Amino acid sequence: MVNTTEHEQILLKGLAQNDKNSIESIYRENYTSIQSFVLNNNGSVDDARDIFQEAMIVLYEKSGLATFSLNCQIKTYLYSICRRLWLKRLQQLGRFSTQLEILEEIVPVEEEIVDHEKKNEDFILMEHAMGKIGEPCKSLLDAYYLQKKNMQEIAGEFGYTNADNAKTQKYKCLVRLKKLFFAQYKNT
Amino acid sequence: MDDIVLLEAVERYLRGEMSPEEKAFFEGLRKKDPEVDQLVVEHTYFLQGLETFGTTKAFKHNLQEVEDKLIEEGLIGQSQLKGTAKLLFLWKKYQRNIAVAASIAGFISLLAASVMVTYTKKYSNENYRVLVDQLNKTNREVSKLKSKEIGGVLVNEKPEVDFRATGFLIDGKGYLVTNAHVISKRKNIYIENRKGDFYRAEALYTDQDVDLAILKITDTAFKTVTNLPYSIKKGNSDLGEQFFTLGFPRNEIVYGEGYLSAKSGNDGDSTAYQLTVSANPGNSGGPVINRNGEIIGIITAKDSKADGVVYAAKSKNIINLLEKLKKLDDKYQVIKIPSNSDLKGLDRVQQVKKMEEFVFMVVGN
Repeated sequence: MVNTTEHEQILLKGLAQNDKNSIESIYRENYTSIQSFVLNNNGSVDDARDIFQEAMIVLYEKSGLATFSLNCQIKTYLYSICRRLWLKRLQQLGRFSTQLEILEEIVPVEEEIVDHEKKNEDFILMEHAMGKIGEPCKSLLDAYYLQKKNMQEIAGEFGYTNADNAKTQKYKCLVRLKKLFFAQYKNT
Repeated sequence: MDDIVLLEAVERYLRGEMSPEEKAFFEGLRKKDPEVDQLVVEHTYFLQGLETFGTTKAFKHNLQEVEDKLIEEGLIGQSQLKGTAKLLFLWKKYQRNIAVAASIAGFISLLAASVMVTYTKKYSNENYRVLVDQLNKTNREVSKLKSKEIGGVLVNEKPEVDFRATGFLIDGKGYLVTNAHVISKRKNIYIENRKGDFYRAEALYTDQDVDLAILKITDTAFKTVTNLPYSIKKGNSDLGEQFFTLGFPRNEIVYGEGYLSAKSGNDGDSTAYQLTVSANPGNSGGPVINRNGEIIGIITAKDSKADGVVYAAKSKNIINLLEKLKKLDDKYQVIKIPSNSDLKGLDRVQQVKKMEEFVFMVVGN
């Protein structure tokens, strides 16, 4: 038998590597309590799903950091994040209530949430920019920067006569993406 | 240098693929040419963003798949509690209105009681003059209230107001700050000064997250004031710092004082402070001023269950909001918030005197 902390360490390592089994275990162990928390505080099942997903992303972002350490149980951490996110959401919806009862131990998570919001903004900006550049740029950049394929492979896949041409094209696309990305940045 | 060649160099540099000589040359170039240096910094940031985008996207994909599986299994989506939650929600939603209604009722009955007391005193007390004076005063108050309801002489518009809160000038050209919750979903917003004049105002920018709004008085009758005596603090304030507040929990300006009791607001909200001060419906949007005459916060809410626990948005949020507003439209570049306080070193009574004419009632419907 592995003890709890060891079990949690394994889950967190798995999470950092985007391992589906780890994600599933964390869901199974924690989702229900978060759902009842949201339902008991003016929310719906859909709200609970959203909030839990977002909290998982926060944990994922954190687990990938070189400096990562979790000073509490995953359960406590997720609960704290969800609680904070849900309170914020309630405020935005004008359903503000100061009476969210604290049923469980919570840890301070304000910094993480600020970090996450910044990352999320960048994510949305990048998504928009990617949406705007069109094909074949999108797939080309995806293949190189996200799927980490090499230029030789990409040239073959996309039908370029050689890797150098594919590379030139890739840089042209990258310049366009970058322009779109930073242009939105200035507008926000 | 060709952009693409340069970009490629940057990427190879970042990935550590350069030979030592090439690296030395490139680093020399960075030092000599600030543009190249900037490009490296910018491209690093961008590539990190792209990388994070990719990994987060992949992670979201897996999350969704796990979620779908668990929905099918029935682990996600059992919602027996929904009925109670709905009811609770409705109660909580209307609770505030009920509280407001109750406090208005309380106010009216108190007013009626004081009139009655005056009349009784009129007949039982020998000091008749003073009492007439009081009575007249009461009558004036009452007629003033009435004139507001039907549109009195002072009013060029005829506002029927159904809420009252506080706001204060941040620029003498008619720019004010109040709470977002004060003006959200309102049709008409008016600023009322001490003389009872109403000025029409509109919201330029609201931020529900920090619960602040920037208003602009649109009436031409409003005369620009110069030299606001207070400044707006850009930094954080310290625990235990003492302050005073001005606001309109009544139809008349009310002074209050207290101290900063926590550096975060409700539930760890880092955009707000917790204060210990007395505040009531109508105080929303009121300035929190420290002894140097700097505005350190804006009253937003209080805890309905704990005594004297009041929350205030931090003053630096005003500056953030203004920046966002200016980005939206260049014409708002004209807004200049006061950076120096003339209130420093004055005693409290003088500070309040100098300040009160810039704190207004925010009313409307």
